[in-house]
Amino acid sequence: MNDQTHESAVAGHDDHHTPTGWRRWLYSTNHKDIGTMYLVFAIVMGMVGGVLSLMFRLELQAPGMQYFGDNYQFFNVLISAHGLIMVFFMVMPAFIGGFGNWMVPLMIGAPDMAFPRMNNISFWLLIPAAVLWIGSLFVGEGPGIGWTAYAPLSTSGHPGPAVDMIILGLHLAGASSILGAINFITTIFNMRAPGMTLHKMPLFVWSMLVTAFLLLLSLPVLAGAITMLLTDRNFGTAFFDATQGGDPVLFQHLFWFFGHPEVYVLILPGFGVASQIISTFARKPVFGYLGMVYAMISIGVIGFIVWAHHMYTVGMDVDIRAYFVGATMVIAVPTGIKIFSWIATMWGGSIRLEIPLIWVIGFIVLFTFGGVTGVLLSNAGIDMALHDTYYVVGHFHYTMSMGALFLIFASFYYWIGKMSGRQYPEGLAKLHFWVTFIGVNITFFPMHFLGAAGMPRRIPDYPDAFAGWNMVASVGSYISFAGALLFLIVVWKTFTSGAKVGNNQWGEGANTLEWTLTSPPPFHSHAEIPRIK
Amino acid sequence: MTLSKWSRVKSVWLAVAATAGSLTTGGVAVMAQQAEPWQTGFQKAATPVMRDVIAFNDLIHPIITGILIFVLALLFYTLYRFSEKRNPEPTKTTHNTLVEVIWTALPIMILIVIAIPSFKLLYFQDRAVDPEMTIKAIGNQWYWTYEYPDYDGLTFDAVMIADEDIEEGQFRLLETDNRVVVPVDTTIQVLLTASDVLHSWTVPAFGIKVDAVPGRLNETWFKAEREGVYYGQCSELCGAYHGFMPITVEVVSKAAFASWVVKAKEEFALNGAPPTTVALAKMASGKELK
Repeated sequence: MNDQTHESAVAGHDDHHTPTGWRRWLYSTNHKDIGTMYLVFAIVMGMVGGVLSLMFRLELQAPGMQYFGDNYQFFNVLISAHGLIMVFFMVMPAFIGGFGNWMVPLMIGAPDMAFPRMNNISFWLLIPAAVLWIGSLFVGEGPGIGWTAYAPLSTSGHPGPAVDMIILGLHLAGASSILGAINFITTIFNMRAPGMTLHKMPLFVWSMLVTAFLLLLSLPVLAGAITMLLTDRNFGTAFFDATQGGDPVLFQHLFWFFGHPEVYVLILPGFGVASQIISTFARKPVFGYLGMVYAMISIGVIGFIVWAHHMYTVGMDVDIRAYFVGATMVIAVPTGIKIFSWIATMWGGSIRLEIPLIWVIGFIVLFTFGGVTGVLLSNAGIDMALHDTYYVVGHFHYTMSMGALFLIFASFYYWIGKMSGRQYPEGLAKLHFWVTFIGVNITFFPMHFLGAAGMPRRIPDYPDAFAGWNMVASVGSYISFAGALLFLIVVWKTFTSGAKVGNNQWGEGANTLEWTLTSPPPFHSHAEIPRIK
Repeated sequence: MTLSKWSRVKSVWLAVAATAGSLTTGGVAVMAQQAEPWQTGFQKAATPVMRDVIAFNDLIHPIITGILIFVLALLFYTLYRFSEKRNPEPTKTTHNTLVEVIWTALPIMILIVIAIPSFKLLYFQDRAVDPEMTIKAIGNQWYWTYEYPDYDGLTFDAVMIADEDIEEGQFRLLETDNRVVVPVDTTIQVLLTASDVLHSWTVPAFGIKVDAVPGRLNETWFKAEREGVYYGQCSELCGAYHGFMPITVEVVSKAAFASWVVKAKEEFALNGAPPTTVALAKMASGKELK
C-alpha cells in the first residue's frame, strides 16, 4: 500500500505541474519564483525609497525652505519612510528573500526551501506591510518618528493613526522575516546534498545561516517593543511614559537590541557574496575559509552585545558606556579579518576584472572607509561630539547602505546570467558602476564634514554655514539617482537583448553547485541529488 | 620627543587629510563659535572637554587614515600584480597561519592604543568635579526652559528668533530671544530633563551633547574658557520643529554675569505669567517659527 501511494505521488510530481498566469506567482511555492518576486519588490521599493531621498535632498540643497514651505513634519515623514523602506523593503528583500531564496537551495543541492508554503506567506506578508507603510504617508500628519520610532515622540507625540500603521506594518514585515529565517535555518541544516558538511558549505550559505539566526533572535524583541508602543498608544499602558512610571529609554534599549543585529543582517549576506565573487574571479579558493566562517559567527554574536553604543548620550552610567566602547571596538577585529582574507584570496590569484568583482572592490573601498569611521564613533568620548550629527549619517550610509547596496548590485551582475539565462550589457553595466560610485561618494563624503562642524541629523533647514557641503551632497544624490535609473535600463536591456549564456559563464573559478545547472535553471532544480566529494 | 613625533605624524596626516578629506581640527585661527562655511573639522574648542575631544581626534585620525590607506594600497597592488595578464596561473594557497595571527593580533593592539585615551576622555567628560554653579535645561516642544537654581530660581524660556526678525550679524536658526548667560572660567553643571518628548542639549564648541529625557535628570558640565556666544541645535528628533530650537550660550566675564543676574531677575519677574505659558502662546500663534 505504501509503495502504491508513493508511486502515484512520484507520478504526480513527474508532470512538474507548473502553474501559469497569476496562479504561478500568487500561489507560488517555488523558491526561484518567490526569489524573483522578492527581487522585483526590492527594485520597486528601492526606487520608492530613492525618490523619497531625492525629495529631501532637493529640500536640503540650499538653506531656507525650498519646496516644503512650513510643512516641516513632511520632511520628518520623508526621512522616516526612507529609512524604513530601504532597510525592510529594499536591502532585506533583495538579499535574504531574493538572492537567498534563489541561491541557497541551488548552492546546497536542495530541490527547494524546506517549507515552500511558508516561503510564499513570507513574501506575501510584505505586500500588506508595504501598503500600510506607504498608506501611512497620506494619513493625518504622517509618521515623522524616524526609522527608530523613539518614544515618546512615537506615542504621545504622534496621536494620529499613521504611527499605528507603521507599527502594524513592522509587525507584518517582522513576521515575514522570522518565517523566512526559520525556513533558511531548517533548509540549511537539513537539506544539504550528501557530502556537503557544514565546513564545506559555500560562504554565501554560511552568511545566510548566520543572518537567519540574527533575525530569529532579534526580531521577537522588536515585536515586543513595538507591541508595547501600540498598547501605550491605544490601550492606556505606560511602558514608555515617564509620567506613569514608565521609561522612554527602555524603548531605545529594546529597539537597539534588535537594531544593532539588524545592521549585520543587512551586510552579512553581502559578506558571503563578496567571498563567492572574489574566489570566482581570482580563480582561487577562499583564503582562510574557516576564519571567514568564524569571523561571521563572532560578528553575529558580538552584534548582540553592543546595542547601547547607539545610546551614548541618553544618560547611561559611565561604566556601562565604557563597556559598550570596548565591546564595540572588538567587532573591528573579525571585520578586519574578513577584509584581509578577501585581499588574501585575490593575492596569488589570476584576477579577471568582471563587473561583479568591480562592485565588490567598490564595496571594499566604501566599507573600509565606513569601518574606520565606525571605530572612531565607537569611542563614547568623541561620539559625544558626533552623535546624531551628519557624521553618523555618513558613517552608516558608507557601511550598511552603500556597502550592502554595492553587494546587491554585485550579486545581481554575478547571478543574473544564471537566473535569467541572459547576460547584462557590459558597457552600460560599467557606466552604472561608475555613476553610482561617484554619486554616492559625492553624496556621503561631505556629510562627515557637516557632522564634525555640528550639523544635527533630521533637520529640514540648517544654519547658512552648512550650505556648501549640503549643496555638494545634494548634487551627489542626483548623480546616484541617475545611477539607479541606469540600473533599470541595464535590467531592461538584459531581459530584452541580453546574450544567451551557458551553464557556467564565469569558468573554472565558479565552482559552487548553481553553476552545474542550466541557465536559467529548470523550474524544479537538482533533478538528481548532487554529491560532494 | 614624543610631542615632536606626534606633531610630525600630525603634519603628515594633515597633508593626507587634504586629499583623503579626513577631519582636520581647523587650521585657521578663527574664533569659530559656530560653524564656518565649508568647514571640514570640529569647531574650535571652548572648554577643556572639547580640547580633549579634539586631541583624541588628532590621535585617532592618523591611525584610521593610515589603516585606510594601507588597506586600499594593498587592495590595488593585489589587483595590479595578480591580474589575469600578469599572473595567468593562480596559486592554490588558502592558509597561512602567521599572517592570520598577525592580522588578528595587530588590530587588537591598535584598538588598545585607541581605547586607553578613549576611556580617559570618557570619564573626564562624564561629570563635573566640584561644580561652582548649576543650570537646569528643560526641553519642550519646541524651545528650551532654563532655570538658575543658585540665583533664586531665575527662570526663563529661550525661543528661536524667526528668520524675518533676524538682525544683521545674527545667525539664522541659531539665535534665541533669551541667551543662557554664564560666567567664564567657571565649572558649570548642567542638569537636563524634558517635559514632553526627547530632546538633546548640544553645544559643539563645548563638546557636550546630552539627551533631555522626560522623567530623568541627566547631567553634564562645561567650563568655558573664552568669552563669546556659542551655538548649538537640538540633537534628538522631537517633532515638526525639531530643527528650530537652538541653544545659545553667552559666556561673559564674572562681573558682567553678576550684573546680568540682577537685570534678568527683574526682567523675568516682570513677565508675570509663568514663562512657559508665554512661550506656548507664542508657539500657538504659529508666526514665531517659520
